[in-house]
Amino acid sequence: MPDISEPTAWAILFLPLGCFLLIALVIRPLLPGRYASLSGYVAVLAIGSAFFLSLAALNSTLGHEEAIGWASHSWVAIGDLDIRVGIIMDPLTAIMLVVVTGISLLVQVYSHGYMRGDPSYSRYFAYMSLFTASMIGIVLARSILQMYFFWELVGLCSYLLIGFWYERPAAAAAAKKAFLITRIGDVGFLIVILYLFSRKELFLAADLNPFEIPDIHVIVITGMLSSMVITWLALGIFAGAAGKSAQFPLHTWLPDAMEGPTPVSALIHAATMVAAGVFLVARFFPVFEASEEAMATVALVGGFTAVFAASMGLVMFDIKRVLAYSTVSQLGYMMLALGIGMPAIAIFHLFTHAFFKALLFLGAGSVNHATQTFDMRYMGGLRRVMPWTYVTFLIASLSLAGIFPLAGFWSKDEILLSAWTEGGAVEKAAFSMGLVGVFMTAFYIIRVLVMTFHGSYRGGAEAERRDTNQESTQPPTQQDDGDATQVHLAESPWVMVLPMVVLAVAAVVAGYVASPVSGLMTIPEHWLVEFLGGHTPDFSVPIAVGSTVVALAGIGLATLMYQTGTISAEAVGRRFRPLRQLLLRKYYMDELYEGFVVKRSFYQGVVRFADWVDRDVVDKAVDGIGWWSRNIGRSMARLQTGQVQGYGVVISVGILVILAVYFIWG
Amino acid sequence: MLSAVVFLPLAGALVIALILRGDRLVRWFAVAVTVADLALAGVVFGMYFQDRAGFRLVEQHTWIEPLNIQYLMAVDGLSAPLVLLTGLLGMSAAFVSWGIQTRVREYFVWLLVLQTAVMGVFVSLDFVLFFIFWELELLPMYMLISIWGSGRKEYSAMKFLIFTVSGSAFMLVGLLVLYFSTGTFDMRELPEQIDLAGKLLVPAATLFFAFFVAFSIKLPVWPVHTWLPDAHTDAPTAVSVMLAGVLLKMGGYGLIRICVTMFPEVTRDYAWLLVTLAVVSILYGATVTLRQTDLKRLIAYSSVSHMGFVMLGISSVGGVAGSVSSVGLNGAAMQMFTHGTITGLLFVVAGLIYERTHTRHIPDLGGLASQMPFTAAVFVVAGLASLGLPGLSGFVSEVLVFIGAFSVWAWPTAAAVIGIILAAGYILWMIQRVLTGPSLERYAQVKEVTIVEAVPMVVLVVAIVVVGLYPGVLIDSFDAAIAPIILEMQFP
Repeated sequence: MPDISEPTAWAILFLPLGCFLLIALVIRPLLPGRYASLSGYVAVLAIGSAFFLSLAALNSTLGHEEAIGWASHSWVAIGDLDIRVGIIMDPLTAIMLVVVTGISLLVQVYSHGYMRGDPSYSRYFAYMSLFTASMIGIVLARSILQMYFFWELVGLCSYLLIGFWYERPAAAAAAKKAFLITRIGDVGFLIVILYLFSRKELFLAADLNPFEIPDIHVIVITGMLSSMVITWLALGIFAGAAGKSAQFPLHTWLPDAMEGPTPVSALIHAATMVAAGVFLVARFFPVFEASEEAMATVALVGGFTAVFAASMGLVMFDIKRVLAYSTVSQLGYMMLALGIGMPAIAIFHLFTHAFFKALLFLGAGSVNHATQTFDMRYMGGLRRVMPWTYVTFLIASLSLAGIFPLAGFWSKDEILLSAWTEGGAVEKAAFSMGLVGVFMTAFYIIRVLVMTFHGSYRGGAEAERRDTNQESTQPPTQQDDGDATQVHLAESPWVMVLPMVVLAVAAVVAGYVASPVSGLMTIPEHWLVEFLGGHTPDFSVPIAVGSTVVALAGIGLATLMYQTGTISAEAVGRRFRPLRQLLLRKYYMDELYEGFVVKRSFYQGVVRFADWVDRDVVDKAVDGIGWWSRNIGRSMARLQTGQVQGYGVVISVGILVILAVYFIWG
Repeated sequence: MLSAVVFLPLAGALVIALILRGDRLVRWFAVAVTVADLALAGVVFGMYFQDRAGFRLVEQHTWIEPLNIQYLMAVDGLSAPLVLLTGLLGMSAAFVSWGIQTRVREYFVWLLVLQTAVMGVFVSLDFVLFFIFWELELLPMYMLISIWGSGRKEYSAMKFLIFTVSGSAFMLVGLLVLYFSTGTFDMRELPEQIDLAGKLLVPAATLFFAFFVAFSIKLPVWPVHTWLPDAHTDAPTAVSVMLAGVLLKMGGYGLIRICVTMFPEVTRDYAWLLVTLAVVSILYGATVTLRQTDLKRLIAYSSVSHMGFVMLGISSVGGVAGSVSSVGLNGAAMQMFTHGTITGLLFVVAGLIYERTHTRHIPDLGGLASQMPFTAAVFVVAGLASLGLPGLSGFVSEVLVFIGAFSVWAWPTAAAVIGIILAAGYILWMIQRVLTGPSLERYAQVKEVTIVEAVPMVVLVVAIVVVGLYPGVLIDSFDAAIAPIILEMQFP
């Protein structure tokens, strides 16, 4: 098979992009009504083709030692400034392309069922196509500015999709929050770009372009920038990554992002948006590697986030919120892997996580399709009516919990193992946090599983509506997805089940692309990690067994509390009431950011002050000048009496004064 | 050619004033005139773009011989896009004036005169002619705001007038001093003549600031910006469109054409002052914007912030001689064009919303996306362009300004970058409060825009997207004018 050509590679980007334009400019305005379903088919066709082209791209990168590099094209050129667009086609790109287009394809197939009957069906598929295209744009980008371009577009699409049901104030607010918080991180990213151009002499002397990513790596590796500069560059990039990947302290937008349609969450949490941050760090890994401080920061922020987010997942009642905190936590693991110098393993975890997390969200959507609610207190017993959803959800849960031999086990094990064997203080700290996270992960996901599928049915949305007024301690629950109709318990249609089954298979076997123990059919051991240019420490049975025992402990505790009731969950809750409250209120970080920082300090302080200055100082000064000139004018006018005698007196006095001056000084 | 572009609207105004009767006919005629003028402006831009170097389409006639005053018009890379911009917004302004019901004839006469004045400013290269057009713009503006405006319209019109005239006084003194020092009003020759004259009647810095004051007021720059929100808030929609879209650009154009080109050394010496004013305008403007609850006032204050980017781009020439880059100045020129289309569009939509809901108080609005999906989509596009989203034109100009300025003024530029968060804050808040949420009972009667109203919206959206994706179409033109200026600064 010949190598992928450059136009083909661009087609991966332009297929979904063209699909967006087709739906937005042709299908939606010109073919309303029953033709709207056309947009769903067009979208699946476009992303399906992009998926096959991505596989072709992966296939061609297999045979190459080096990245396939095509000459880039000039976009804007002014003097020394030459902003170019181009493609890097290396193993990292190829793997990411397959993940992004593959997950997006399954999610869009699923959406056919989930979004059926929504009045904005076309708009939904237009946004989804643009979202996928933007993410592909990030993955392909050769120039840092090109990457920033699509980076911001991903932010836009998340804004549009989270706020998809814009009639709901909560959705509109969550969309704005997501955009603003990620943009705070983006400022760091942008300043890195600006800084690089300010050092253009350095690049031009070596015949390099300050915006081309491979050129930036050359400059960093050859040591032409001081180590402090590199640290700041890495931290700037990490700020952008932390915003998109919802790392502490910029994580608060992701749980609120649940306001969008559930398949959107599946896409955001698995393949696009949050994966972008991890990809960004992996792409600029040479910059991070050159700075010990930056690496330690990434590792510790990642490790902390892994535990911090998981702890909030322990107590939430909204199934999507638990999953959201789970994503934040798992992204923490990926950052942790990056921070201890294992980008290939981070991408491996991103790869396996994409499958089981997408599956968990699609499962949550399926459950919501039946019960019309996301509140787990009104679910229960669903395994009997939704066997397919139950089985796939179970597989995904165990995979997330890291149970042998599912996909999640392998990638999580590699992360912990690397942290353990690397051996520094930072790595040890990261390892401990990772291990605590494993326990919490197993606990919260089994709690979700039991509350949703086991026990007896607790009434769904109808019961929730009845109880709404009596609940006061719960976190604000969302309204149900879609049009709230009669609750009708049944398995979801096949168009929704099929993608879940495919993902479930992947959630079982995906680990074998990099399994340290045995290959899978033609895939050799360690394949993915070595393909990405990484190395893996030798498989260690104690670590593997240890982390499994920890996970099983979490599973056991959750079972005792929620399945058998041996330990009363309520009693535990009462016992640790302050802690539970702290977790339920998300460590009060929303209150801190929105209440204290934004409202109290910034809006009521700085903004009000500036407004006061503008009204009462700057504008008053202007009016004051006007007032003075008018009064001076008035008093001058009073002299204009029209009486010749008066004028005569003044003229005579004037002449006398002039004469006097003349005689004295003249 | 240029005379035709400039005087076609005036001729149209005369026809309306003297011949045409009937509001319907007047409306159609005025729109036709602006469409024709846009076509001519497009031809001018196209002709320049074909062959980009120096001044093109020169029209030179002796006018007042003893004083060496000429009728001199030409376009270069800087002015050609601004002529196109004026054509675009002039047309948009005529379309959005469709709903004007009082004194229709008179209204369109003034609107067309305004367009002639602004066009004249951009193409006149004789300083006296430039000044005449500069002053001519005041009369229609005063009339349009004080007669067809709302709220404290007389106060706002007068405030606008006094501010601009105060600036003009400085400019008049400046241009007379220039004339008596060099003996010419020809703006093409002045840079060289100033250089040759060596010593001017007053120090060059004094002269620079005379012009600087005039143009900063027009731009406007903090702290002489307070006329802008008042004028915008009380002006009719079309005037807001013209004011934000092209009138402010007269200030930016003057800064580049006169302050930077004629006094390169002084500009460099005082670049620290420019960058200070720029950063204050950007951050202060954006901060005050966050507090606004009047739809038009909010957009007006955002203009203060966005015109700060023009100043920031200009300040980037303050680097060490020999390493001055043309990126920032190009960004400043781009920002003028992109802000013109983006903010023009924001005012178009704001006007349409006001016409339908009879309120501009943002907390009273809401849920309009359900009633007006097309308008909502356009408003969102304009808003996103305003906050600098890639793919739309605002991104290109802001990034160029940032890139250009950062190399020279790292910390001030880094501070200015925070402005993009604030911009996202006020734009998204505005969108959230106006468009999203449940549709409100009291706006149940609100209808989608008509085809006529949609025309300017579509045209401006196309302009925003095209420039956003293919900025070369403007940059190649701007750079043709800016590269020589920078070359002059690098190797004086």
